[in-house]
Amino acid sequence: MSARVLVGVKRVIDYAVKIRVKPDHTGVVTDGVKHSMNPFCEIAVEEAVKLKEKKLVKEVVAVSCGPQQVQETIRTALAMGADRGIHVEVSGKDYETLGPLQVSKILAALAKKEQADLIILGKQAIDDDCNQTGQMTAALLDWPQGTFASEVNIEADKLKVVREVDGGLETIKIKLPAVVTADLRLNTPRYATLPNIMKAKKKKIANVKPADLGVDVSSRLEVLKVDEPPQRQGGVKVETVNDLVRKLKEAGRI
Amino acid sequence: MSDVCGSLSRSRAAVRRLCSRAAAEAHHDVIRPAFPPLQSFSEEESMMRDAVKKFAQERIAPFVSKMDEDSVMDADVISALFEQGLMGIEIGAEYGGTGSSFFSSILVIEELAKVDPSVSVLCDIQNTLINTLLMNLGTEEQKQLYLPRLASDTVGSFCLSESESGSDAFSLKTKAEKHKDYYSINGSKMWISNAEHAGVFLVMANAEPAAGYRGITCFIVDRDTDGLHIGRKENKLGLRASSTCPLTFDSMKVHEKNILGKVGHGYKYAIGMLNGGRIGIAAQMLGLAQGCFDHTVPYTRQRMQFGKRIFDFQGMQHQIAHVATQLEAARLLTYNAARLKEAGRSFIKEACMAKYFSAEVAALTASKCIEWMGGVGFTKDYPIEKYYRDCKIGTIYEGTTNIQLSTMAKMIDQEYDG
Repeated sequence: MSARVLVGVKRVIDYAVKIRVKPDHTGVVTDGVKHSMNPFCEIAVEEAVKLKEKKLVKEVVAVSCGPQQVQETIRTALAMGADRGIHVEVSGKDYETLGPLQVSKILAALAKKEQADLIILGKQAIDDDCNQTGQMTAALLDWPQGTFASEVNIEADKLKVVREVDGGLETIKIKLPAVVTADLRLNTPRYATLPNIMKAKKKKIANVKPADLGVDVSSRLEVLKVDEPPQRQGGVKVETVNDLVRKLKEAGRI
Repeated sequence: MSDVCGSLSRSRAAVRRLCSRAAAEAHHDVIRPAFPPLQSFSEEESMMRDAVKKFAQERIAPFVSKMDEDSVMDADVISALFEQGLMGIEIGAEYGGTGSSFFSSILVIEELAKVDPSVSVLCDIQNTLINTLLMNLGTEEQKQLYLPRLASDTVGSFCLSESESGSDAFSLKTKAEKHKDYYSINGSKMWISNAEHAGVFLVMANAEPAAGYRGITCFIVDRDTDGLHIGRKENKLGLRASSTCPLTFDSMKVHEKNILGKVGHGYKYAIGMLNGGRIGIAAQMLGLAQGCFDHTVPYTRQRMQFGKRIFDFQGMQHQIAHVATQLEAARLLTYNAARLKEAGRSFIKEACMAKYFSAEVAALTASKCIEWMGGVGFTKDYPIEKYYRDCKIGTIYEGTTNIQLSTMAKMIDQEYDG
């Protein structure tokens, strides 16, 4: 197969870090905080590399949008087996307000430019939990989508996707080109072995600007305030059911 | 981030040029220090360290306790080390290795030691002793034969010490008698690490006893060689998962093409390689201390007594800060020794200092951590007591603390010769 896969990888605050809200409540503290590849994006990269190893796709291209630092994230994807990377340069205020709509416009434009046959993304990012980029990208391209994938198989020119849904598992067959978003159980991402990290140094990362792709990254959303979740208050013990009902009424809960 | 190794070896003239006013004006818009801090890493080094950190946490940590209890290194852990490319870090890609640098090895050894110092020493011996000797001294034929194996599936052991020669290494008694095109080796070795799993042994034997230490020769011996007997492993206080065995050579026949380097030059090779190996052990002790510390501080921040965290007591804070300082100093000594070696500059004294100091810091840290953890620090349910048992070997192997100090003193003496 001569298929080319585009994989989106997002640089997010590492899952193990304790998040702190900035004193001015405009966002969370990111300076000096450990960042890594979004865990669902790792799963997406792993799936793409596995497809290449099975010789079902020919080339895996890793894409990330952001400032200089996202190159580390792209390099990690290269070390996992992606063939080349594309760094879409977005920085400063534009980066702070970058969201799923702009990213999906960028991915759609890149998919056309790179003539991709398949886009694999993580189902959501662990910083904003949007769960929108995959779906929006498919809509912009008018491609079918297989979201929350726990299994992906290529059969001729179609994709069989097993999706994790509320009721259980749903199996769908969609035509290529398509967008797939990776859920937790799709695979277990490999470690970047040391020899592969060395090989990744030689792989190319191209730089491109959103404007070059004809994408306007200005946001339609304005974040007004960011707060920590309210501190959990202590509870109250009551002796009788009547007391309970009275207290709930007093608190306006019933 | 640009490669920082080059900046450490800049000549004095270059420094003067850099510091000149003209240079300053030209660079006014880019504030880059002429000499970056010691804890600066290339992108490749950072990626390696992060990869090993994750790998160690997920693939090694779950086995540590059992390996220590049973005194056995898990075979899956060893193969995982090979799979990740951790056993051939400096071996070139043309031999199937990782093709990276000495400093990367140091970072890997440190990260592994944070999780299990036994696994770390296996990796350290392979990279800093076995691979280094083969790469520096091997003929092309020997390199083609052994380097790919060492990088992919074969553990190596270095055999120098004997029951009657530890610090006095060169008084070793194992003899190699020449017959036509082979040598017959008789003798025994003690305290040989990795022996249980090793597929290849670098054996130091004396081919010309009349010449004293100038007869010591290094032989490459495959495990299945006739006459090689691997004894029962020692039941040790610490580093229990790392096998430590006596070896006996019973008229063991080794072909002369298995000599590494030149006959009678073995003592030189041993000294040269142990200088670098010293930095590896420093990294291991450093990782041990840091790993122990990282397990303990969170506990002190959680544990409440007298209405506050035990971390909040000034006595505790002062002790913790003191240990943290020692750790930082050990780290800088180790990293600097490694960078000096990579830069091709003299590093022997600094390597001794790093090994000596890191081993002492590891002992201090482990001891203090048990105290800070209180009763639970004394139980096997928590990982702290293992670090305490593991650290003791640091002041003993690969050159005892006393040997390090004597070596340093000798060099200091020479420095003032004028």
